[in-house]
Amino acid sequence: MITVNGQDVILNQPITVAEYLRQHQYQINRIAVEMNGAILPKSQYTSVILKDGDKLEVVSFVGGG
Amino acid sequence: MNSFTKEQIYNALNERHSPETQALLSQGNVAVAGLGGLGSNIAYALARIGVGHLHLIDFDVVDLTNLNRQQYFMEHVGMYKTDALKSLLLKINPYLDIRTDCIQVTQDNLQELFQNDAIICEAFDHPEAKAILVNGILEHFPDKRLVAASGMAGYESSNSIHTRRITRNFYLCGDETTESTYGRGLMAPRVAICASHQANMITRLILGEEEP
Repeated sequence: MITVNGQDVILNQPITVAEYLRQHQYQINRIAVEMNGAILPKSQYTSVILKDGDKLEVVSFVGGG
Repeated sequence: MNSFTKEQIYNALNERHSPETQALLSQGNVAVAGLGGLGSNIAYALARIGVGHLHLIDFDVVDLTNLNRQQYFMEHVGMYKTDALKSLLLKINPYLDIRTDCIQVTQDNLQELFQNDAIICEAFDHPEAKAILVNGILEHFPDKRLVAASGMAGYESSNSIHTRRITRNFYLCGDETTESTYGRGLMAPRVAICASHQANMITRLILGEEEP
């Protein structure tokens, strides 16, 4: 089980961060992902595999400012 | 035309804030990336309270359509925002240290641009630009403080604008949802609420508070 934006999420099988984001329809170039308190560089989305106990914060930016 | 000495201006600030608080504000070092609806309002607020060092960054010029929310005047239309805003802030306090960079922030120039700034305020318009800046600062400068914004369009309730601490040095202001749509674009009142959330969070950080 992992936590995403404060909510518990059960994963049926190990997946990469990129795959998780794709499944939840995040737009990759409009987000920032922090994993266990530190920024996860975009270059690592496809290589990092989510494991039990991981805490993700995914911030999606909307336009305007 | 009034003009005041540095001593007069800082005596006035000391009287409002106390000398101890003003000393901290005067040492404050803030980059405002984006000088539009958010950035121009944030820069005004920080200048008024005497934040000593401001770094203003924007590549764009003032447009007539900006005047519905941005702190420029008709005389500035066509001018670079960096030049226009600096000239306005110096009319509040000519003794502030204000640097400008008339440039678009990219992944390649980000590290050099922000290396000397202690607190970085993200005030861009496009979500992709926000993501580039936020990812770049958190990756290359994890010890700098970052105050970003997302969602402040239209005339939705003021009460949904909030400040959230995402992680140790990353704060996000806005309602995180409302982007511009037809008839509910960016408008002065609500944009200023988000800008003030950012300016107040920056003020809190300068004065030693860490929670929103």
